Order: sequence, then C-alpha cells, then structure tokens
Amino acid sequence: MAKPKTFDLETLSLHAGQRPDPATGARATPIYQTASYVFKDTDHAASIFNIERTGHVYSRISNPTNAVLEERISALEGGVGAIATASGQAAMHLAIATLMGAGSHIVSSQSLYGGTHNLLAYTMPRFGIDTTFVDPRDPKAFRQAIRPNTRLLFGETLGNPGLEVLDIPRVADVAHQAGLPLMIDSTFTTPYLCRPFDLGADIVMHSATKFLSGHGVVIGGLLVDGGIFDWEASGLFPTLTEPYEGFHDLDFAEEFGPAAFITRARKEGARDFGACMSAMTSFLILQGLETLPLRMQKHVDNARKLVDYLDGHEAVDWVIYPELPEHPDHELAKTLLPNGSGAVFSFGVKGGRAAGQRFIERLELVSHLANIGDAKTLVIHPASTTHHRMDTAALEAAGISEGLVRISVGIESIDDLIEDIGQGLRASQKA
Amino acid sequence: MQLEINGHDAYVATGNREPDRQKETVLFIHGTGQDHTIWVLPTRYFARHGRNVLAVDLPGHGRSGGEPLESIEAMADWVVQVLDAAGLSQAAVVGHSLGSLVAIATAARHPDRVRAIALVGVTVPMPVSGFLLDNAKHDRHEAIEMLNFWGYSKSAQLGGNATPGNWMLGGGMRLMEKAGPGVIHTDLNACNKYIEGLEHAANVACPALLILGERDMLTPVRSAMKVAEALPHAEKAILEGSGHALLAERPDPVLDQLIRVV
Repeated sequence: MAKPKTFDLETLSLHAGQRPDPATGARATPIYQTASYVFKDTDHAASIFNIERTGHVYSRISNPTNAVLEERISALEGGVGAIATASGQAAMHLAIATLMGAGSHIVSSQSLYGGTHNLLAYTMPRFGIDTTFVDPRDPKAFRQAIRPNTRLLFGETLGNPGLEVLDIPRVADVAHQAGLPLMIDSTFTTPYLCRPFDLGADIVMHSATKFLSGHGVVIGGLLVDGGIFDWEASGLFPTLTEPYEGFHDLDFAEEFGPAAFITRARKEGARDFGACMSAMTSFLILQGLETLPLRMQKHVDNARKLVDYLDGHEAVDWVIYPELPEHPDHELAKTLLPNGSGAVFSFGVKGGRAAGQRFIERLELVSHLANIGDAKTLVIHPASTTHHRMDTAALEAAGISEGLVRISVGIESIDDLIEDIGQGLRASQKA
Repeated sequence: MQLEINGHDAYVATGNREPDRQKETVLFIHGTGQDHTIWVLPTRYFARHGRNVLAVDLPGHGRSGGEPLESIEAMADWVVQVLDAAGLSQAAVVGHSLGSLVAIATAARHPDRVRAIALVGVTVPMPVSGFLLDNAKHDRHEAIEMLNFWGYSKSAQLGGNATPGNWMLGGGMRLMEKAGPGVIHTDLNACNKYIEGLEHAANVACPALLILGERDMLTPVRSAMKVAEALPHAEKAILEGSGHALLAERPDPVLDQLIRVV
C-alpha cells in the first residue's frame, strides 16, 4: 500500500496558508488593510475575545493577510504556528519576553548578527535578562554556561561572519537535557536549505526582510513554534504552564497543548508589546516566498561559482565558505546543509583596509549596503563602514580582518557578477 | 480537574470551572492518539454559556494515567466512571472519531446517563487497514502521517486555518507525536474490532447529531449514513469541503452544530 504524502516545499511556498478569497474569488492573497473587524453581535464578540470561536479582533493581534504568511512559514518549517512581527528583532524579543522575565538567563552563540548581539549583550540586561556568549562550535560550552536560571539556548544556523555551522542536533540535546528549548535564527538558510525543527530545534525565527522576501523592500520578522517542546515536563516556564491572570487564568499548555508557546506569544506578546507587521508588508513578503525555492537554488549556485572564482584569486587572501574543504565545519555542513551553505560568505582582499575600500568603491553592479538576502548582490566592507572606528587590534578581537568583505550573492548572471567583482579586485591592488 | 479512577489519575478539562450539579453537562471524548486539547474552542464556549464541561483525556492519553483501554465498551464504561467521580448524573456526550464510537457505546450501555450524543466524524464499523495497524503497532511515524494526511482534506493541508497563524497539519501531527508507545495502535485496534456499533446505535434512545466532513477519507459520508439510519433519533450536518479533522478544519460550524443538541 502506498504511503500517503502531503505537499512538497515548492507547492507550499506558493499555496500554504491561502485559499481563493471566499468573498471575491481573488486568487492572490488580498491585502486586508484594516485595523479592526466587525462582530456579528455581542456574544460573537465575547466568544472571539475568549477564544471560543475563531476570528480577528484587531490587526495588532492578528490580520487575515498576516495569517496567510504566518501559516505559510509554519508549513514550510514544519511547525504548528507563527507570528509575523515588525522585524526580525521584534520576533527575537517576542520569543524572549514570552518565555522569561527578569532574573532569567540565555546561553547564546557568540557568532551573531550585530543587532541580536546588541539586544542580548546590552539591552536585555537592563530588563534583568543576562546572556552568556559561547563558541558555537563547542556544544560543551553551551552546557557549561547553563545556570539554574537559564531559560533559552540560541544560535544561528550559520554564524556571522565566520559562517560557523551550528551543530543543531548536539546543541538541542544539550538544551533538552537541561529542560530548555533551543531557538534558531534561520535567516541565512531559510527552510529551503535547513529546517531546524527536523534537527531538534524548538523555536525558529527569521528576519523575513532577507531571503524569504528576496526583494529588499520591507522590514519584517517571523517567529515559528515547532510545537515539540514539553513545557510541562520542563517545569521552568510558568508563563506557559500556570494560570495567566492577564487572560482569566488561562493555562496555555493545558488548553492549547502543542501550540502553547505561539498562542501565549499572540495573546500576550502581540497584544501587549505590539510589534506587529502591516498587511502590506505581509503581502510583499508573500510575493517573495512564492519563488523561494527557485531563488534559493540560484543564490546557492551563484555563491558556489563565485567562491570558486575567488578561492585562489591573486587579489584574495582567503575565502570563508563551509563548502570549502578547509572550512572547519565542512563535514558538518555536508550533513546538516546538504542542499547548500547559503549565499552569504566572506573573503579577504589583499592589502588590508585601503584595498578593501578601493574594491568596494570600484564596484558598479554589486551594491554596497548593510543588508543580506536581496535578489541583488550586496557587499559590505566592515573595516571602512560599520566598524570604521575600530583599530586593527579591535577588529581582530571582533573576528574581522581589515580586508574582510562580506558578500550576499544575488541571482544575477554569474558572468556579470564575476566581471564586476573581477574589475573591483583589480582596482583594489592599484595603490 | 484531576480525578482518580481505578487507581489512576484521570484528567478532565473543565473550562476552569468546578462542576455544578444544577447545570447541564457536556462531556467531550477525543479521537485516536489525541487528548482534550482538540476541544479547546467548544469547551471554552460551553463553559461560558452555563454548562458543566468535561473534556476527558482517555486512560493513557494526555494527562491521564494508566494504560489505554482496549475496547470501545471499556472506554464507554470509563466515561460513566468519570461522571460518577465528578458527581454528575447525566451528560450530552460529544465524540470525535474514536470518541464518537465511545459516545454511541455510552448511550447504548448507559442510557440513563446520556441525554444526547454528537458524533463528529463517524462511521460504524470503523475498519482500520492492516497497513496502518502494522505501522502503529511498531510506533512508526508513518502511522501518524497516514492518520493526518488522510485525516485532513487536501485543501486543509495547504492551509487557510480559521485560527490565525496556525498550520493545521503541523498541529495535528505534533499532538499525536506526544502519544505514548502503543497508544495509537491500541486506539486503532479498538476502533477496528468494535463490531457491535450498529447494534448499539439502534439502541440509542436519546437525540443524536452526526457532524460529517464532505471530503472525509477516514470516515466517509456514505459510510456514516449507515449510522444515521441505525440511530432512532438522528440528524446530520455535512460540512462542505471538510476532511475528517473537522474540529481543526471547520471549528465554528462544528460549534454551531453542537449548540443545536448539547
């Protein structure tokens, strides 16, 4: 007897979360640009407020266009539910604020997006939540950093800028042995290259601004609940397992089972913190998601060809990409990221800071800016831009050499990319 | 609410309210490998609308202890023990899938304890394929995939959840993944061997409502008609486009139908 199957990722990227609009028959997802929703009568209103019936109350908490995006990313990741937020940073904060309060502690990879590092290292401590940063290549370091008040382990699928491949299964084991969830920032890889829940993670977040959208026209975030973690068995998460006075003593784990985390995040976090996504933003991200599989494959194909071109180029000192045999995580990448190690990588321009600056300024097709994951190829030279105040020693301490260039490879013709980068590299060597 | 039945913990969700003997009671029974959480919306509704609500976790499921019961009749008798332990004389019994068989058996075996039944996704008999039983026997994930890929309509597998932001198929799979070893097999086996169902249905004296999914592949509408014909006082509602997972796929229409009888 043939095993039943459900839909594949390519189909879900196009369809998940949406049916033709019942009111108009519109095939595309309508933009529900409304703040609020009319109730049929007072009892209908009360039943929606009290989670007895489904429906929308106010677009800060839920919106029909956002719901399509949320369901689509849930389906792509294999989770139980998601919340669309104003940015990736808002998704990160929503997760933390849902799981813990003052006096709590996080163990995080030290190789992080700078904005996340700022949030964990400088901002959350003002609210009583501290973070210990550890080497993402050392699962034992995660274990050793866990304290009695730790409530979350966190890392990125691919670290920044070293592209450390997080050993999600091993770090998840460490987390689960301590009764803790593991949250993964999967922005660099998207579900096309990695589904963290399949590897043992419990919560996933994205900056949807990046590869999920591909067009670079919106800021948005997504928080996805795997529905796997047993909050009751852990006993460390009263926000999910004890009556919540702010919602008539609702016990989220008792009433919502696998969807406890995402339901609390919506009923409290979206309601109270308010970092919601606009319907127009959701619509634009959905347009990008429809072509995610096609784009990601092209991103990876181009990245591989560009790595080949740069590796051994006379004006390039080094290239960091997990698919290169000399990368410390080469074997792990083959196991965890068999379809590709993403399209963001770093390389060193010979000649240090000045050469890196000349390279960047000579580029004509490739854009110089602070973002990744656009369909267009993007570069940044930290030593002359984001980190320009740092001297050589300070840069080295941050893991950034003076000639380091980070590139997010787009989906242009690879020949055109190589021509532009080639002429930039030639210019970089002319002092 | 935690009760003790036959020396084991028995969990019953009550909508955060203590049972009151002066009020009418609605008792909900989940399906194979599930627990009380599938009823979260109707339990909250009926609790606010003046009913006692008892959404049980069958033995060995969810928060209830003990081993899963091996027959539908044993489950029906256990349901009455729940009513006894809660100090309640009678209830409207609402069941989904396996739970719907338990509702029929409870009404037939204990007619004075049941004032109405609602059967959400039902057919009698409820044969289970050997392929599915074998996968369940070995606790293979394929059994959970079969129950959910066949349980949700194709349209629902793509989504369009009435509950904003949640993916129905993911929620259905995760809930069954929490079932302990052997639980799904025991449940499926109980469904498969419940051959007295039509005879029991013919003896149900109380009003009955069948809520059926037009595209239900596990308990198809045409099979459910036999139950409707056997029940002396049956009404039926067929929800357009829905698969077997009616509570996830059509939560509000299911509630609207339940309000008619319970």
